[in-house]
Amino acid sequence: MLQIIIFSILLVGGFGFFFYNVLKVRRNILLGKDFTPEGPLGPRVVTVLKVAFGQSKMVTRPLSAIMHIFVYVGFILINIEVLEMFADGITGRHRTFSSLSFYNFLIAFFEILALLVFIGVVVFWLRRNVAKVKRFMNKELDGFPRLDANAILIAEVLMMTALMLMNASDQVLQSRGLYKVAGSFPLSQFIAPLFNGLSNESLHIIEKSSWWFHIVGIFAFMNYLPYSKHFHILLAFPATFYSNFNAKGKFTNLDTVTDVVKPNFDSTYIPKEIDPNAPPIPFGVKDVFDLNWKQLLEAYTCTECGRCTSSCPQNMTGKLLSPRKIMMDTRDRLVEVGKNIDKNGGKFVDDGKTLLGTYITPEELWACNTCNACVQECPINLDPLAIIVDLRRFLVMEKSEAPPELNNMFSNIENNGAPWQFSPADRANWINE
Amino acid sequence: MSEALNVPTMADYLAKGETPEILFWVGCSGSFDDRAKKITKAIVRILNHVGIKFAILGMEESCTGDPAKRAGNEFLFQMQAMQNITVMNGYNIKKIVTGCPHCFNTIKNEYPELGGKYEIVHHTQLVQELIDQGKLKVNGGTFKGKKITFHDPCYLGRANEVYEAPREVIQKLDVELAEMKRSRAKGLCCGAGGAQMFKESEKGSKEVNNERAEEALSLNPDVIAVGCPFCNTMMTDGVKHFNKEDKVKVLDVAELIAQANDL
Repeated sequence: MLQIIIFSILLVGGFGFFFYNVLKVRRNILLGKDFTPEGPLGPRVVTVLKVAFGQSKMVTRPLSAIMHIFVYVGFILINIEVLEMFADGITGRHRTFSSLSFYNFLIAFFEILALLVFIGVVVFWLRRNVAKVKRFMNKELDGFPRLDANAILIAEVLMMTALMLMNASDQVLQSRGLYKVAGSFPLSQFIAPLFNGLSNESLHIIEKSSWWFHIVGIFAFMNYLPYSKHFHILLAFPATFYSNFNAKGKFTNLDTVTDVVKPNFDSTYIPKEIDPNAPPIPFGVKDVFDLNWKQLLEAYTCTECGRCTSSCPQNMTGKLLSPRKIMMDTRDRLVEVGKNIDKNGGKFVDDGKTLLGTYITPEELWACNTCNACVQECPINLDPLAIIVDLRRFLVMEKSEAPPELNNMFSNIENNGAPWQFSPADRANWINE
Repeated sequence: MSEALNVPTMADYLAKGETPEILFWVGCSGSFDDRAKKITKAIVRILNHVGIKFAILGMEESCTGDPAKRAGNEFLFQMQAMQNITVMNGYNIKKIVTGCPHCFNTIKNEYPELGGKYEIVHHTQLVQELIDQGKLKVNGGTFKGKKITFHDPCYLGRANEVYEAPREVIQKLDVELAEMKRSRAKGLCCGAGGAQMFKESEKGSKEVNNERAEEALSLNPDVIAVGCPFCNTMMTDGVKHFNKEDKVKVLDVAELIAQANDL
């Protein structure tokens, strides 16, 4: 009975705190500007199925793709076993689903999955900490991000180990006639002999504490998600749903600029009416409030894998720019803004900081080639480039702070219709040269 | 390299009361950069050779606004765009070919929202189409059997997913097409895009164009083929950086076709 009570508190508290945090993340994301997804529903759903569910963009790097599939499939399917654990927890029974005809198959299957997860996680850990794959060594991962990644990997190893220990001790108790005979244990049968010499009492303790470890671990993991890069396991689905369907070369049109420019060329064009009492909308992006909510959702979704940064021509040649850092900075600033709002009774109070400047420097922004390699590489269609260009727009149009050479280029285009100082009258001289 | 070029303007056609099949959008680089002018002429030779009725805008053409847009100057971009759209709509332009992937991308993707809706192709797509239709017969000429690698321009490749047209055209020349490890969707930028062409690069350990040229040179090609005047500049500089300019040529796909076939 005590077990049922403790479990119920855990269940309600675990889900409650999780939803509390999810709502907070949702509030933060909705601090962004409006965003209207383009294109019909069908292709969006297909993209979610292909890119998020089917992981179609992971395959460009086969080793990490296969290991990620192990962990991902294992994670999803082992949750079926967690359902049984929930049922056991609430009812106080043992192996509630064991009357199912295919129960033996299920348990055996989960054990094999657990092994695959184990292998995947160990390979990931080795890549980060022993092989030191370059994209995991960048400066932006120093501190919490690196700890975050390793903590999750270690937690998964412990959870899978707990699952195996639980099954192993269970088997020995079954063989002693103390537990109902249920399940097939292709892997933990090799651990079971180690437990043969233990007393019934000790086995009970191992079995129960492994069960508790696993179930508490599940709740802890779930509640850690909103604080971690691992939030991608949930947010990858909405993020891909809102994927950009346009050609990658198409940059957004600033309608506020069109409303100023177009009437000069087209007398029939009617600009949107401006509310004289509304605060002026800045051109470009200075802080997270100026981004749209899709971009803020993407910031929370990024799992810091660094495929973007490792394919960035400027980053690979030693420049400061790192598309992953752009995503991380955006999220970190948004989290900071969220805390500010919590502290100040639901209202943001100016903290003298901004995404542009405090987090992301002009030097990073001006290095970008806009080559779209980062966008292409992202396994879940996130778009660091859109943020970079929005920040550049603020620097140029609101602060007139482009590098001097670019200001020259601008004035050449303005005066000569070409980025260089040539006379427009000479444009067709090549014909006779 | 025979007869003089025949390059009428839209104004010429209008004066005659005729309309050309296609507008050749030359672009700033193709108009003013000495190296890129050669590419422009190669494209014209191909167009003249097949007898397509085409025209340029001449002095009425102005920068598409691409570098301004990528650098964040949306005002300047839209001013340029509206100016060009006004001119092109005035001539009732339907179809455009251009030798510059940046102009291509801007007109294709960013002009429609501002009222400029045209069908636009990159010159490699037009050449492929002409070959497929039997209007342009090509052979490898002096390039036969040579090793050529193609550098994907970001604004043709990733930005617009045109990967095959330039390759199919190159392969018509009976050459060995060698692929760099980073090609097609994984192609590495030459370092010019995003308005980098017009400024010094930030502090780092290497220039992007040298990184790319090094990769291309590691294949020991006879020619590095490109499809963008800016990539051409960057790759040419990169090849010079490694003192390989005597052994390895950097040529546009249009130049390959024109040179191989004595156009």
